Amino acid sequence: MLNLLWLLLGGYVAGILLPLCLQGRPESQRLTSSVAAIVATSAGVALGLFGLTSLEPVTGSLASTIPQLTLAIRLDSLAAFFVFTISLVGLAASIYAIGYLRHFEGQTSITALGSLFNAYLLCMTFVVLANNGFFFLLAWELMSLLSYFLVVTQHQKAEVRYAGLFYVIMTHIGTAFIVVAFLVFFQSAGSFSFEAFRHPGHPLSEGMRTLVFLMTLIGFGTKAGIVPLHVWLPYAHPVAPSHVSAVMSGVMIKTAIYGLIRVYFDFFGGQFPWWWGFTVLFLGATSALLGVMYALMEHDLKRLLAFHSVENIGIILLGIGAGMIFQSYGLKELAALGLLAGLYHTINHALFKALLFLGAGSLLYATQTRNMEEYGGLLRRMPWTGFFFLIGAVSIAALPPTNGFVSEWLVFQTLFLSFQIPTVFLKLMLPIAAAILALTGVLALACFAKAFGIAFLAQPRSTHARHAEEVPVPMRMGMGILATLCVALGIAPMVVPLLDRVIASLAGISIASKVLAIDGWALAPVNVEFSSLSTPVLALLLVVSAILGWGLAVALGGRLTTRRSKSWGCGITLTPRMEYTATGFVQPIKRVFSTIYQPTVKLETEFLAESRYFAKRRHFEFHIEPIFEKYLYDPLVAFFGTMADRLKVIQGGNLHLYLTYIFVTLIALLLLAV
Amino acid sequence: MFDTILLLVAQTTVLLTISPFLVGLIRKVKARLQLRRGASVLQPYADLAKLFQKQPVISTTTSWVFTATPYIVFASTLTAGLLVPTFTSQTPVNFAGNIIALVYLLALGTFFLILAGLDSGSPFGGMGSSREAIVASLTEPAMILSIFAIALTAGSTNLSTVVHKTAVLEGIVTDPSPHLMALASLLIVALAETGRVPVDNPATHLELTMIHEAMVLEYSGRYLALLEWAAGLKLAVFLSLIANVFAPWGIATTVTSTAMGIGLLVYVVKTSALAVSIGVIECMFAKLRLFRVTDLLGVAFILALLGLLFFYILRS
Repeated sequence: MLNLLWLLLGGYVAGILLPLCLQGRPESQRLTSSVAAIVATSAGVALGLFGLTSLEPVTGSLASTIPQLTLAIRLDSLAAFFVFTISLVGLAASIYAIGYLRHFEGQTSITALGSLFNAYLLCMTFVVLANNGFFFLLAWELMSLLSYFLVVTQHQKAEVRYAGLFYVIMTHIGTAFIVVAFLVFFQSAGSFSFEAFRHPGHPLSEGMRTLVFLMTLIGFGTKAGIVPLHVWLPYAHPVAPSHVSAVMSGVMIKTAIYGLIRVYFDFFGGQFPWWWGFTVLFLGATSALLGVMYALMEHDLKRLLAFHSVENIGIILLGIGAGMIFQSYGLKELAALGLLAGLYHTINHALFKALLFLGAGSLLYATQTRNMEEYGGLLRRMPWTGFFFLIGAVSIAALPPTNGFVSEWLVFQTLFLSFQIPTVFLKLMLPIAAAILALTGVLALACFAKAFGIAFLAQPRSTHARHAEEVPVPMRMGMGILATLCVALGIAPMVVPLLDRVIASLAGISIASKVLAIDGWALAPVNVEFSSLSTPVLALLLVVSAILGWGLAVALGGRLTTRRSKSWGCGITLTPRMEYTATGFVQPIKRVFSTIYQPTVKLETEFLAESRYFAKRRHFEFHIEPIFEKYLYDPLVAFFGTMADRLKVIQGGNLHLYLTYIFVTLIALLLLAV
Repeated sequence: MFDTILLLVAQTTVLLTISPFLVGLIRKVKARLQLRRGASVLQPYADLAKLFQKQPVISTTTSWVFTATPYIVFASTLTAGLLVPTFTSQTPVNFAGNIIALVYLLALGTFFLILAGLDSGSPFGGMGSSREAIVASLTEPAMILSIFAIALTAGSTNLSTVVHKTAVLEGIVTDPSPHLMALASLLIVALAETGRVPVDNPATHLELTMIHEAMVLEYSGRYLALLEWAAGLKLAVFLSLIANVFAPWGIATTVTSTAMGIGLLVYVVKTSALAVSIGVIECMFAKLRLFRVTDLLGVAFILALLGLLFFYILRS
């Protein structure tokens, strides 16, 4: 275990230092930083597996000269699960980076990109390993800052700088809330050690517990992208380099899920009132639905994926929120089931979202644009990327036989088992959440049918798409690994016993023996009578039925000969301009849900002077009302702007004046202390 | 093991055999109500046989997704069909998936049909795909909620278990109101999912009205045959679902040849009766404008929700 940890550290440190030593040789910088990251993440995968299978948590610490800060780490099963997920996605992204970084050579510094990427992964690993509040915050803050630097890689563009600023402000607001929560813990525990947080000297009062709940929900919620704190995701994720977006969207936002579980189930020991769980459930349902709805209207592929992260965080929270509700009613098995569903979806989303972001990166690499309306017909130009992207799309749309389906199915079962709760209100609310999840699932299906259909099928819509070429082998490998895992976790849910260890340590009950029915061939949440799902059998049936279909066709029709001809266009030769666009595809959805979208359409026509029957030029634009930005963030920003203006009065710019301020504050504090 | 495979083969055969018949029956009923003689109820079998022998024409703009889709749609619909009890409540692969699995298997077919529609590169295909996306979005929540309302009564979401329990323990249905609401909801869902009037019109090729037909417009030959057969299968799946969940009478609850024989006979009668009523509905209503369909599907959702609410109110 210690060896693995050293290998991980050594790998990342080498990945940080080597590009710095190889200035001016972008080729070797690209290779060394990626290879170092591959070594480190492989060690991380092994470390995670080790932690998941070992019975006792492993701890270690290094004292530091800063008071209250101990560099303490603890590899318990929860931390191990997240180390595993982070490293797995990091591994695929690092392999991908070998090819992808070529895209940036000559444009931007590979030194920065390579070193920062390694440092970023390192900090993220320590966020989940930290066993000390101070250390956690340090790693958390470094992770946020490093990701900011990675987001602004292409800082020459104003759009990128704006996105970076937006992100760095939002993430700091979030951190501030977490700091408050940790200070409350510190006050009662007298130490920043997580052990002390778990067993504080004098327990927190009810009011303080509620404060911690709200602060952590807002603080971690900002990082996770819970509605309405999600606004930074669609800015920051699209402009970052794609392998960074994959890690940010696939795993960084999951560190917030880690934080929430750590605080609620570990520090509080699963002791909380039902309304905590209900709040999480409500926010989850809102995020899931609004996330997918805004994603549908996006035609920038990476922005679309960013909104889908909001959706999937919502689905994870549906599982965890339901688990919290069950926990507060003492229904331990169901609480464990909710956590299982949430954690399963966490790793699944990490895999397919990283896959899709890498796919989007490949499209960007090949066509130089993120606008879906300029893609088209790429499946024939880029067969591998297309195939992997299709697997990612099927997974995120939660269709069998892929991993997204299994975890969404588990969330559904958790929500359905609500009839065991004694309150009628919650009995009814959970199935409604299930209905929202159903709607979310189908809208995600529509969204990815659009994304894949418009980007990869039919005829190319632009010269970029017409001349696109398949991406280099390392990029394909990175995507291939993730695609394989998406299918593997969908057919053989072999992670359930491993996840069960995590859950057993949190909910205090092991459900693997109950969830795995029929010798592990089927999942049966708690009760095999109530529901069961056997993904291997379903996959087998699908394959056999497809072969049957083919066999019937051969038996009834004989040998297949086909003829190729143009699509039917009522006698007109179809051009790419006549194809359905992404905008056109979602028009009915936009119209049906216009209450949410509040679309504004502007159509200006310039007519010929001779006759109003002939248009010279038409200008069409449509916008979706950014409700949260307009009604929540704009007023807030305006408020702070005004406040800052008012406060200008005390800003003299004179050093003596500031010294006086400090002096006066000091006196005031001393008086207060007396 | 041998019994399981035998039952699996039997169920596959029944589903594949009955589905063209149900399609033909609906057409016949419609024709008779419109004072036409109409084609024989066996016509769809002849259509399939002919289509299988025709040489398919494939559009030059399409990719492998287009040719793979018919097989995927056929496979996913058939697999979904194997999860639904037909003539026996001892469905062999009952454990393999519950109602959610059924819904998502059907969604897999829908997903690929939408892709195939877009792949043809013609505005017709895109139009069909776009409309299918919105109709599917609105039907599935209603479908899940309505089945859930019934699942609560039986204490299971696995369809065969629901049907078996209802059939064996007669009188388990103590509250008719949730069931009636769920039934109404599921009927609307079935009409929408199988592309029937008033949501879609399977008999038209008019670009302004079609949904399913627009998506499969580019298909021909054996690919079209497989898709037509899959569409028939989907109809059979929904009719079996409604027939057996709401009226499980006569279904074979034991694995004996007598019970199976009676079960099969009763199954054919029940599904035929439902097919006739669909034919009548198709003649009585005009097709709704696309943006009115959403109101209808909204009603289905609310009905399912009310069914659930009634269940809790009556039980507490």
